[in-house]
Amino acid sequence: MSISSCLADSKKFCCAVSLATLLFCILTARFLTQLTVLKASDRFNINSQLEHLQAKYVGTGHADLTRFEWAVNIQRDSYASYIGHYPMMAYFSIAENESIGRERYNFMQV
Amino acid sequence: MYLYSLTLQRATGAVCAVIGSFSGRDTKKSAASGSASTQEIAVARGSTLDLLRPDPDTGRLRTLLSVDVFGAIRSLAQFRLTGANKDYLVVGSDSGRLVILEYSPDRNRLDKVHQETFGKSGCRRIVPGQLLAVDPKGRALCIAALEKQKLVYVLNRDAAARLTISSPLEAHKSNTLTFSLTALDCGFDNPVFAAIELEYAESDRDPTGQAANQAQKLLTFYELDLGLNHVSRKASEPIDNGANLLVTVPGGGDGPSGVLVCCDNFVLYRNQGHPEVRAVIPRRADLPAERGVLIVSAATHRQKSLFFFLLQTEYGDIFKVDLEHSGETVTELRIKYFDTIPVTSATCVLRSGFLFAASEFGNHALYQFRDIGRDADVESSSATLMETEEGFQPVFFQPRPLKNLMRIDEIESLMPVMDMRVANLFDEETPQLFTACGRGPRSTLRILRPGLAISEMARSMLPAEPIAVWTVKKNINDMFDAYIVVSFANVTLVLSIGETIEEVSDSQFLDTTHSLAVTLLGEDSLMQVHPNGIRHIREDGRVNEWRTPGKKTITKVGSNRLQVVIALSGGELIYFEMDMTGQLMEVEKQDMSGDVACLAIAPVPEGRQRSRFLAVGSYDNTIRILSLDPDDCLQPLSVQSVSSAPESLLFLEVQASVGGEDGADYPANLFLNAGLQNGVLFRTNVDMVTGQLSDTRSRFLGLRPPKLFPCIVSHRQAMLCLSSRPWLGYIHQGHFLLTPLSCDTLESAASFSSDQCSEGVVAVAGDALRIFTIERLGETFNETAIPLRYTPRKFVILPKKKYIAVIESDKGAFSAEEREAAKKECLEASGAAENGNANNGDPMENGDGQEDGAEEANIFPDEQYGYPKAESERWVSCIRILDPRSRDTTCLLELQDNEAAVSIGTVNFHDKEHGTLLAVGTVKGLQFWPKRTLAAGFIHIYKFVDEGRSLELLHKTQVEEAPLALCQFQGRLLAGVGSVLRLYDLGKRKLLRKCENKLFPRTIVSIHTYRDRIYVGDMQESFHYCKYRRDENQLYIFADDSVPRWLTAAQHIDFDTVAGADKFGNIYFARLPQDLSDEIEEDPTGGKIKWEQGKLNGAPNKVEEIVQFHVGDVVTSLQKASLIPGGGECLIYGTVMGCVGALLAFTSREDVDFFSHLEMHLRQEHPPLCGRDHMAYRSAYFPVKDVIDGDLCEQYPSLPADMQRKIADELDRTPGEILKKLEDIRNKII
Repeated sequence: MSISSCLADSKKFCCAVSLATLLFCILTARFLTQLTVLKASDRFNINSQLEHLQAKYVGTGHADLTRFEWAVNIQRDSYASYIGHYPMMAYFSIAENESIGRERYNFMQV
Repeated sequence: MYLYSLTLQRATGAVCAVIGSFSGRDTKKSAASGSASTQEIAVARGSTLDLLRPDPDTGRLRTLLSVDVFGAIRSLAQFRLTGANKDYLVVGSDSGRLVILEYSPDRNRLDKVHQETFGKSGCRRIVPGQLLAVDPKGRALCIAALEKQKLVYVLNRDAAARLTISSPLEAHKSNTLTFSLTALDCGFDNPVFAAIELEYAESDRDPTGQAANQAQKLLTFYELDLGLNHVSRKASEPIDNGANLLVTVPGGGDGPSGVLVCCDNFVLYRNQGHPEVRAVIPRRADLPAERGVLIVSAATHRQKSLFFFLLQTEYGDIFKVDLEHSGETVTELRIKYFDTIPVTSATCVLRSGFLFAASEFGNHALYQFRDIGRDADVESSSATLMETEEGFQPVFFQPRPLKNLMRIDEIESLMPVMDMRVANLFDEETPQLFTACGRGPRSTLRILRPGLAISEMARSMLPAEPIAVWTVKKNINDMFDAYIVVSFANVTLVLSIGETIEEVSDSQFLDTTHSLAVTLLGEDSLMQVHPNGIRHIREDGRVNEWRTPGKKTITKVGSNRLQVVIALSGGELIYFEMDMTGQLMEVEKQDMSGDVACLAIAPVPEGRQRSRFLAVGSYDNTIRILSLDPDDCLQPLSVQSVSSAPESLLFLEVQASVGGEDGADYPANLFLNAGLQNGVLFRTNVDMVTGQLSDTRSRFLGLRPPKLFPCIVSHRQAMLCLSSRPWLGYIHQGHFLLTPLSCDTLESAASFSSDQCSEGVVAVAGDALRIFTIERLGETFNETAIPLRYTPRKFVILPKKKYIAVIESDKGAFSAEEREAAKKECLEASGAAENGNANNGDPMENGDGQEDGAEEANIFPDEQYGYPKAESERWVSCIRILDPRSRDTTCLLELQDNEAAVSIGTVNFHDKEHGTLLAVGTVKGLQFWPKRTLAAGFIHIYKFVDEGRSLELLHKTQVEEAPLALCQFQGRLLAGVGSVLRLYDLGKRKLLRKCENKLFPRTIVSIHTYRDRIYVGDMQESFHYCKYRRDENQLYIFADDSVPRWLTAAQHIDFDTVAGADKFGNIYFARLPQDLSDEIEEDPTGGKIKWEQGKLNGAPNKVEEIVQFHVGDVVTSLQKASLIPGGGECLIYGTVMGCVGALLAFTSREDVDFFSHLEMHLRQEHPPLCGRDHMAYRSAYFPVKDVIDGDLCEQYPSLPADMQRKIADELDRTPGEILKKLEDIRNKII
């Protein structure tokens, strides 16, 4: 079984894709409708609120997101999920024949 | 379809473990006995939390408590408020909440003291829960996420000495990853937390990757100012980029404070304003140069004047780290090789001199310290650290046998279950579970049998076949039994128990006849009942004999300490009672209407003269309760009719309990148990006042009428039921359990207690007398392990010969010959090799080579040390044929040339020339990173020779991709080769391609067939239903799933349904709707026209997912089977964490309603312990559908009585009925 897991590694982050893309779409739409120049007085308008939200929820993406950033975000989401779910860590470490501690370190280092 | 999910064996792996005095017993106990305080170990096993306690006398670990928390536990920490004597347990989980638990030893449960919500649920990037650190003085705790968020809570106590917790203080930093977190020990100064952090904002902005290469890890200190109630980033210092783990160094007078930073290859000592002290971790001499050495677990030991650390590397070697310090200045850091044990996920040092090692994979162990590494050994020190141009000079060592540690107990762990089958290969009453477990050299094939294991202490042959056995004490106050009395058909044998057990003749027992009962009577006299009378042996040696009147003989006896009832032939009952002078006096006579089948008297209640109840079973299928009170003696109180004539009766008294360490609250109760002639055990509650019978339960035990015997299990009354196999009824953690014992049929049994064995059982079976103890109470399965060489991947059972074929493979290891050669070399080098030709004795092999390899095996058992690491792209693999009965390997083929076996299947080809053949799919030169590549794939076809004991290669066919699935189909072989489904026929020198379909999205990982349908599981895209049209020789997909699923296991359920499990821990059932199925079956083209159209880039028809359930663990195998004879089939699953569970389909709508309501009430009234919402947990990836969680329902008995009643009222039932329902449905599964 574990061989199969790693055969699929190249596509590891599929599950996180849907969520991130969805949020990204919503935010993009908002931005396009309300694209204005920011001023200091606009502290409480919708844009800054959105910005605030974005800063708060890491990985939600924004209008100027590059392909690279998007992919990196998804990778980070996925690895965080793998590290959080211990059985999944064990599953990967069986496939790679490494200790779970080493596997966690590798996932963090990426 | 509605399913009932029940965990049969809880997860056995360990995520993390902490040690503490959770019961807070230390002050009381140490005052009394002067011994060290009691410590418990809290172990998180995925979604269960266990509390273990080592028994310092026996050196065994005992499970105090095991709670299912319905959430993923990710971190644990323990703390104690200053001046308190009890530790609290902090749990970081996926609930988005911080939970503080307190263990209450009186009620044996964990209570939630605080639950603080801080974020969303789930294992997310920025929601804390992964990392947890508590100030050593218990003043503050910090909980952190992998990224950005850190929250600090201040802990305090209020006027009533209760724990209080503040609102969280934020210590967030954006764009920062946290690798490890710990608290500094800085006495009573402001609490300081240290974290290894890495900032990635720069590298994200720099597309060239230059910034990413230059990213620097930082050791950051956060100080909580208790006065200002504010957290500040105090210092942030660059640190070695390989840093992964922080360990607190004792401070505040005990040590220099600060932290140990474990890095790749190094251990550093760091503190604020202190220069770095660095030492290199010694390397194994055989380690490839490109591999680092990483510390994966750490434990600290501190005594008053001394502290040291035990750090374990990823290869299993433990190093002892000492700090040389004067005041707060550390002058030297020494790393000394300590011992090697299997790699752990957590280690704990107990104050009583034990080391608990929670293994990553395989069995956990408890070690005792023999020494603390004071002898000279390989050591690296910061003082001798050499820096050369190539970097730091490494230090090498060679692992050696254990010197400082001694293993004293082992806790079995199935983790990881790689594959599982249920089959009855041994022709026993119930099928066995065969599980392939473990990894690398610690792999095993384990045979699980439902029931408790027994360990036999003695077995002796008797001259003839005995019919009954008893044990008696000489005095009621004696600790141990004095005699074993064995009755044969016409003689009685008396054995005395002492140092040895031997026959005696001075016991005054009548030995010329067979006995019906032997007991202790009153304080110190013995009674023997034989067919012609009662022999009462007084303490001073006087013998009183009561003879039966006329020609009548005694047929049945019932007795307790003070009362005796006999039944004479013809159905006359005579009742005796012991008077004040110790005489046995006849009290009453009564004629029953017919012969008496069995008799039993309830035990004398505490503080009473006599028991009130006598149970009489008659051949007219009734059980009567008669009164023994003087005023209505032998008058009937109640009658119960049963389905068959009773054979044996036993009253079981359950004493009132208010919890305690192994019990929950329950009132005193009296149960009447009856073994009926049709093999059913009948159990009913007797009202203590009126003698009315209520709340009856029955369970089929076996083909023979159960005979019931009392015995003692963990100081409580228990019951042995001997049917065609023995069962034990006992109370464990507040539940009454009836569990089979794993041994053959017994004739008669009695409890046994002696010097050597305080709670044993003596039994007779055939012509043997056996003494055994019952072990590991509370477990569902007992296991027998057969060692394997590499990680088992899959196995098949060869149906005819009942052999098992296993494929094993490991990445990054040397093959057996290379290992042998290296081992020899190293032995010779060290001069330890006494016999130069100690070779080819693989220590794992059970069989040949054992003797000359034994010497060597003792020095380097691979189970202990692990295989030496090779380059990561190397593969080793073998195919093994195993005889499970003798546990012998009959054939072992080691694959050569970097080939790894990945799939296995048996196949019968059309031409019956060879009979059954074994097909094995292999890959050569498989690599995962950066992209999956392989040199070639092969399908080997093996022929069985030597009556199936051995294999012979017929031929080998090269294929272009990895053949991950093989299955027989209509006399041909179906193979999933990468994304191609292909049909092969057997040729002379090769397999011949007959037909193929290339339309599968990714990689085929499972194939099941039924009639002309083929159910194909794709690695990422769930199931595809295919059909094979013989006339057109075409394979085509007619239906698929619309949900992407990363399949890890699949099982065919019925014509339209398949069950699957994905790698995120979900189990689901996919079903083709009935109308579509009919349409396809009726369509002469088989839906082919439609297939050509397709839909959404897929098949024209879509299957529906009719069942969804989140197990919370990666399910690796699914199997449809029935675990009890005559029981319904259920779906059994095994998981990576070593859990075995079952899903049973409900048969009636009524049950579905009942259990779903019960589940609903429990969700509301009894939310999970770690704060995760139960419904949300079971719906973590997909909303739970049509599955009722039996694990939650089974928490009902642990609720307080008023809550139980409340829920029962809502359901219009009594608590008893609910308990019965729960028991019934459990009995349907196992």
